[in-house]
Amino acid sequence: MIILIIIGIIILAPLVGGLLTGIDRVITARMQGRQGPPILQPFYDVLKLIQKESIEVNSMHRFYIYISLIFAVFTTVILLSGGDILLAVFALTLGSIFFVLGGYASNSPYSTIGSERELLQIMAYEPMVLLTCVGFYYADKSFFVKDIISASIPSIVYLPGVFIGFVFILTFKLRKSPFDLSMSHHGHQEIVKGITTEYSGRDLAVIEITHWYEVVFALTLVFVFFATKSPISRIVAVVACAAVYFLEIIIDNAFARLKWQQALNAAWIVTGVLGTINLLILSYFR
Amino acid sequence: MNFVKKSPWILHYDGSSCNGCDIEVLACLTPLYDVERFGIINTGNPKHADILLITGSVNEQNIPVVKQLYEQMAMPKVVVAVGICATSGGIFAECYNVVGGVDKVLPVDVYVPGCAARPEAIIDGVVKALGILEEKQKFARKKNS
Ligand code: SF4
Repeated sequence: MIILIIIGIIILAPLVGGLLTGIDRVITARMQGRQGPPILQPFYDVLKLIQKESIEVNSMHRFYIYISLIFAVFTTVILLSGGDILLAVFALTLGSIFFVLGGYASNSPYSTIGSERELLQIMAYEPMVLLTCVGFYYADKSFFVKDIISASIPSIVYLPGVFIGFVFILTFKLRKSPFDLSMSHHGHQEIVKGITTEYSGRDLAVIEITHWYEVVFALTLVFVFFATKSPISRIVAVVACAAVYFLEIIIDNAFARLKWQQALNAAWIVTGVLGTINLLILSYFR
Repeated sequence: MNFVKKSPWILHYDGSSCNGCDIEVLACLTPLYDVERFGIINTGNPKHADILLITGSVNEQNIPVVKQLYEQMAMPKVVVAVGICATSGGIFAECYNVVGGVDKVLPVDVYVPGCAARPEAIIDGVVKALGILEEKQKFARKKNS
């Protein structure tokens, strides 16, 4: 049974992630007054890339992104099967680090810049992700997702500040403007394609699929904020996920990319103010 | 299923164009023509691209550049020459440094005439190129199997 669930998660998560990316592209196009691609376009892109030739720069270069994909899958499986949230977050960070190493491995100046920016982004969002986990523990006395989502009061009641902070840094994780300085969806001709510069064919497809898993990971954490043991709250949580994703699309289209100093400052100030104050108040009352 | 037709990514290179054709290529991305509805993306990276779109003629200086761009693209790939300059050298054909059309250095698959080539014509050329791309992929697969 458990194996069936795991296989289900591994297959369904990227399908959902890809579909969300497709919806994102259509909504973005409509916001810009264009018709936009078909909703299934991300799948067409990935399937095309798989059919294409992969140019090998060196063997390590490809190895790193496959490892990164494995960690992203691992994270998603842990999170969706109700496992330890802290383990999931650490595994995902490890995956991101392998992705960065992949950028460095090619020795191309563009990839190197991309890797450096990716490291800065990890530095910017990681504290808030950890505070989120700590917040869940404070609120529900457990790091296990299945315990957190079966509490009687949703975590958001205890953690409004942490939630706002988390949505803020989600912009990094979903690779949206104004914090898309290492890998943007839109800047196809710019240096922000950094790490992917030397990847082609199947390897590029793997990077895209890893991103789909990350989208599912991010939205699952939003879900955990709202879910309780009553079924209605689960529906509310799904609606909240959709609302957060839509909000990110609007932010993506409404803001220009920031410099890395500003991005880092903004993320840390929000983490420091909203995250820590929320946790301080919580620890005072509980 | 062949998906290369559904998501052709384009690399645009400006040979020695007068910029007329370049503007028209970019016009294809505007809301009026919106080539993204066909899945077309204008990438800046030869390793991601399927179609090499060249505007303007080839001159002595950019021969190595054009060749390198072509070699860095992953198979299957096609070349589209946009504008009369790219097909034959156009009004610049007699210039001391101009070698001629793109076909002097690369195997061109589709020629899009016009000075400047209209966005409709460019999209038409790209769609023609997709057919050739599909055939090339089939051929490559046969060779591999
Ligand atoms: S074909 Fe005409 S518009 Fe296009 S690059 Fe040549 S001179 Fe300019």
